[in-house]
Amino acid sequence: MPDHPYAALIEQLSGDLRPVRRLAAPWRRTVVWCGAVLWVAAIIALFADFGPLWHRLMAAPDMMLAFAGAALTAVLAALAAFMTSVPGRSAWWAALPLPGLAVWLSAGTAGCLRTEAIGWTQPEAPMHPMACIYFIVLVSAPLSGLLMWQILRACPLRPALTASLAGLASAGAAATILAMIHPFDATYTDLLAHLAAVGVVVMAVRFAGRKAVRK
Amino acid sequence: MHARQIESMFFFEKKNQKTFATCGKRLDSGGQSGAAGQAQKFFGSFFQKRTSLPVTETTDGALSALMAASQAGNRRAYQALLRAAAPVAAATARRMGVKPDRVDDVVQDVLLTVHRARATYDPMRPFLPWLRAIAQRRAIDLLRSQFRTAAREVADDNAYLNHPGAEPDADAGLDRADQARLLADAIALLPPGQRQAVELLALREQSLEEAAGLTGRSKVALKVNLHRAIQALRTRLVEGGDA
Repeated sequence: MPDHPYAALIEQLSGDLRPVRRLAAPWRRTVVWCGAVLWVAAIIALFADFGPLWHRLMAAPDMMLAFAGAALTAVLAALAAFMTSVPGRSAWWAALPLPGLAVWLSAGTAGCLRTEAIGWTQPEAPMHPMACIYFIVLVSAPLSGLLMWQILRACPLRPALTASLAGLASAGAAATILAMIHPFDATYTDLLAHLAAVGVVVMAVRFAGRKAVRK
Repeated sequence: MHARQIESMFFFEKKNQKTFATCGKRLDSGGQSGAAGQAQKFFGSFFQKRTSLPVTETTDGALSALMAASQAGNRRAYQALLRAAAPVAAATARRMGVKPDRVDDVVQDVLLTVHRARATYDPMRPFLPWLRAIAQRRAIDLLRSQFRTAAREVADDNAYLNHPGAEPDADAGLDRADQARLLADAIALLPPGQRQAVELLALREQSLEEAAGLTGRSKVALKVNLHRAIQALRTRLVEGGDA
C-alpha cells in the first residue's frame, strides 16, 4: 500500500484492529438510562407520601400535566442526546424534546395562573425554591454522569448540543422525581426556581460534556 | 450476519465486477491474503481516479459491507475501507471550503475518527452519510480553529527574524579571542616586576604568601606591583594611552 498518500496512517490504524461490539440502538440506550432513573426514583419514593401526591395530581390536572411533561422531556431529551451522538443522524433530533418541554412549561404556567385565581392551596416555605434548586442539581449530577458516560461510548460530533440535551434529560428526570416529594402548589417563584435549576444543569453538563469529548 | 450480507452483495455485484465478487467471497471466509488485496486493489483504483465519489446504492452497499467486516476485525477489509474513505473525506473537506494545503489534516482527522467511532456504525443504515457527517464536522472543526487562530494571532516576520536567539552569538568567540590577545600583548609590555605580579596573583590566582615564596619579594612589594600593573593596563586598554 505504499502508493496511497495515507498508507502509513491506514497501516497503523489497521495494525491494532480488534473486533468491536456495535453500539446498541439509541432507543435501547435510552431504555437503559430510564431504568437507572427509575432506580433513583424508587429510592426517593421511599420518602414520598403517595396518598397526598395522588390526591394533588387528581385535584389539579395542570400538575399532572406538568409531571407528565417533565417526564416526557427527560425521555425525549435522552433519546435525542443518544441520536445526536451517532454520526450521520440529523441535528433535527435535537428538537425532539420540545413537545415535552412545551407541555411542562405551559402546564406549570397554567398552575401558576390557577393558584393566582383561586388563592394559595398550600403555601410554600420561604427557603423552598432554593431547596428545589439544590434537589434538582444534586439528583441531576449522577443521572447526567451516567448519561454522559453512555454518550461518550459513541462519537458525538456536536458535543455541545449533545451534552445540552443530556443536561436537559437529567434535569427533567430530577424535576419529575422532585414532584413526588413536592407537597406544594404551583407558584411563579417555584416555577422560576425549577427553570433556573434546569438551566444550571444544562449549562454545567454542556461545559463538562464538551471538555470530556475533547479529551 | 454481516458475512452473509457481504456474500450476497458481492454475488449480486458479480454481474458487473468479477473481481469484486471474488473479493467478497474471500472476505466472507475471513481470508487475509489475496481477497483483501483484491478488494483493496479494486477500491483503490476505483476511488483514486475520482475526487468526488459517485453516490450509488452499490457503492454504499460495498462500503457498508466492508465496514461490517471491519467491525468483525477483518484487517484487509478495514484497509480497503479506509483507502476508499480518504477521497470521500477529501472531497467533502474541499466542498466545505477547506484550503487545499489543509485538506490532508482533515482527511487524517476523519480516518482517526472513523477508527474511534467504528462501533457506532449500524450496517443496516447507509455508510456514506455516516462518513460524510464525520468529514463535515472535522472540516468545520478545522475551519473554526483557523478562524480562532486568525482572530487571536498576528504574524510579524520581522520581529521573528530580529529576535535574539538563546544561544551565544557566533562572533562572541572571536571577540573574546581578540580581547585575550590584546590583554596578553599589554601584559607583555609591562615592566618585569609588574608582569610577574600579574601572572602570579591574577592569572594563576596564587596567594600573596605563595607568590612571595616563589619570587623572594615581600607581600607589600607584590601588592604595589600588582596595583601599578592594573593601573597601567587600564590606561593602555581602556583609555588607549601609554603606560
